[in-house]
Amino acid sequence: MSVTTAPRTDPAPPRPARAGGARGSRWHNRGWVLLFLAPSAVPLLMFTIVPMLGSVWVSMHSWNLISPMRWAGLENYRSLLTDPTTRTVFTNTLIYCVGYLPLVYAGGLGLALVLNQRLRGRSLFRAAFFLPVVTSWVVVALVWKWLLNPTNGLVNTVLGAVGLPQPGWWTDPTWALPAVILSSAWKDLGFVMVIMLAGLQAIPADVLEAAWADGANAWQRFWRVTLPLLSPSTFFVVVISLINGFQVFDQVYVMTGGGPSGSSQVVVGQIYDLTFRYGRAGEASALSWLLFAVILAITAVQIRGQRRWVHHA
Amino acid sequence: MRNTARRSAAPAILAITLALSACAQGSATRTEEPAESGGPVTVRYMNFSANGGHEEDLDAIKAAFESANPDVTVQIETTPYDDYFTKLQTAVAGGTAGDAFELNYENFVTYSSNGSLAPLKNVETASYKPSLLEAFSADGTQYGLPESFSNVVLFYNKDLFAKAGVDEPTADWTWADEQAAAEKLTDEKAGVWGDYQPISFFEYYKAVAQAGGEFLNADKTQAAFDSDAGRAAAEWLVGKSGTTMPTEADGAGTPDFDSTLFKDGKLAMWHTGIWMFSGMADAPFEWDIVVEPGDAEKASAMFTNGVVVNAASKNQEAAERWIAFLTSSDEMVDKRLETSWELPPVADEAKLASYLDAGAPANRQAVFASLDATVLPPVIERQQEMQDAVGKELSAAAAGRITVDEAVSNAAKAVDALLK
Repeated sequence: MSVTTAPRTDPAPPRPARAGGARGSRWHNRGWVLLFLAPSAVPLLMFTIVPMLGSVWVSMHSWNLISPMRWAGLENYRSLLTDPTTRTVFTNTLIYCVGYLPLVYAGGLGLALVLNQRLRGRSLFRAAFFLPVVTSWVVVALVWKWLLNPTNGLVNTVLGAVGLPQPGWWTDPTWALPAVILSSAWKDLGFVMVIMLAGLQAIPADVLEAAWADGANAWQRFWRVTLPLLSPSTFFVVVISLINGFQVFDQVYVMTGGGPSGSSQVVVGQIYDLTFRYGRAGEASALSWLLFAVILAITAVQIRGQRRWVHHA
Repeated sequence: MRNTARRSAAPAILAITLALSACAQGSATRTEEPAESGGPVTVRYMNFSANGGHEEDLDAIKAAFESANPDVTVQIETTPYDDYFTKLQTAVAGGTAGDAFELNYENFVTYSSNGSLAPLKNVETASYKPSLLEAFSADGTQYGLPESFSNVVLFYNKDLFAKAGVDEPTADWTWADEQAAAEKLTDEKAGVWGDYQPISFFEYYKAVAQAGGEFLNADKTQAAFDSDAGRAAAEWLVGKSGTTMPTEADGAGTPDFDSTLFKDGKLAMWHTGIWMFSGMADAPFEWDIVVEPGDAEKASAMFTNGVVVNAASKNQEAAERWIAFLTSSDEMVDKRLETSWELPPVADEAKLASYLDAGAPANRQAVFASLDATVLPPVIERQQEMQDAVGKELSAAAAGRITVDEAVSNAAKAVDALLK
């Protein structure tokens, strides 16, 4: 009995036959299992699962957060699906993802390839490029807003000095979203770099050596060996970046506030405005679930599609 | 066996107990229960209007109240205007709002209609300007007390006018006079702009009234600004952008842009509120104010703030005593006049006399002259959406993305949809 309840300190030995006792011992351990799960399970339940389920209920009501809720059934979903603003915010979010993903992937991979070489101060560079990842979005967005100031920002000053056009960035509806994309890609480069570095280091040296011995040049080795063997890392980066990309909010809120004239408003920004500016929590909850459905569908397609192009070494 | 089961369940029970007790402590910001008889009661008061320079003045009023009411302690929470209504809404919904809080006239309607305000019991109606008191009642019940009022006037930099050899504005000026002067005063090389008037809902409804039009129809069921007056008002605001006034791309509309520009001596005329007096007191040049120019009519924007008691408060009696003191005591009147913090809502205008010679600007008489023809903001239930929709269309026109006529017609359609 004491054997089954005492916490194990040694690495688990190969288990004896499971018949009979196994079920019983799991039953005896359930208290400990619950105790060790509690620190993550309780907050997850309280701050994620319960609010998520609650938002289903809210999405079927008309509610301004203060007055009593009024039942609305599926009316919120119906009105969102016919509202042109919904299409605009989903289109903007999609444009954001389409602009952001190639930039952050190509940039992160490039950095990883360079910083995988034996360079002087290599770890310093790795740390420097990772620093923005752990910096608060509010700080980064304010700095970028300042850099991209149309009249006296550093970027436009440099562009002007070399005779290039100076876009209006966050004050111009055409450039507001690109400004957000640029700063987001810059901030997340380091994250992609770290994942790709790990992927590069997991590629067995003998595979590359064999390719070299067979006469493959550097480009062929990269294109035919390295890149296919990085595909699990690529897959991970693409899935995570798209999930995060569809939920983009902080940088938009700080840099453009969704403007000018709604030209950079994204789905989560719209959810925020509906709830906290306009007191339409029911529609905001319904929009959250539409976003959830879109992200789920896109992720499911990617997971199904991965069989075609993800190679495991 | 039974013994083991109990032993292994114990940690889980312990964990759940801990988690539950942690939850119970989560509501630390809630108002405490009324104290035992004898101990002071704490009244939490949330506000925005002391932010940005008047925090100490509000503290002084609080200190005066506490020495007159030793059984009550007031705890002040000041939030900037831009975040205040988001915070208030969340706090009211979450049951953590103060016992008393500040509301502006535009937001009062939403709160009084949803049951979050306590009806006031002992109002000394004679102390207040009747029109202001009226603004904070709904369906015959007094839900709030007027706390202050303010209006918008035309600030001007006397030095820039002298330098350009342009006559200073007078109370008889019209839009045409203002425009002619603004054109002469704008000096691109020196970075000096002739005029600044925000392209926003708040300027627009007033301009509509100045042009002789109405923003909403009489029974507030439809927008009424898709008219000649409405288009003239939009043209008036939008036409300034980029000619006599900086554009959005120059930074217009960002916080403190206009006040910095004026204070730097780079702006000749500025449409803003009398709450900017104290901020401009130490400007290194001569400046004064005048009643805003009108067009077909004179119309000045008037804003009023009020204070209310939270229907969910456990200390309503003490909270009501605090808001009565905050809105009608002589200590408050003196403090507001002495520091040029918006005007007190008192009925007795003789009490306001000292305001006239409280320092720059010299022509403080214009503040009272503006009250002869005021226009309050149009208020509907979906207020914020209306403000955003109108502002968005006007700024699109200012940036040249749509015509002024399109902006007015789009905005009117948007407002109509919100009134359905």
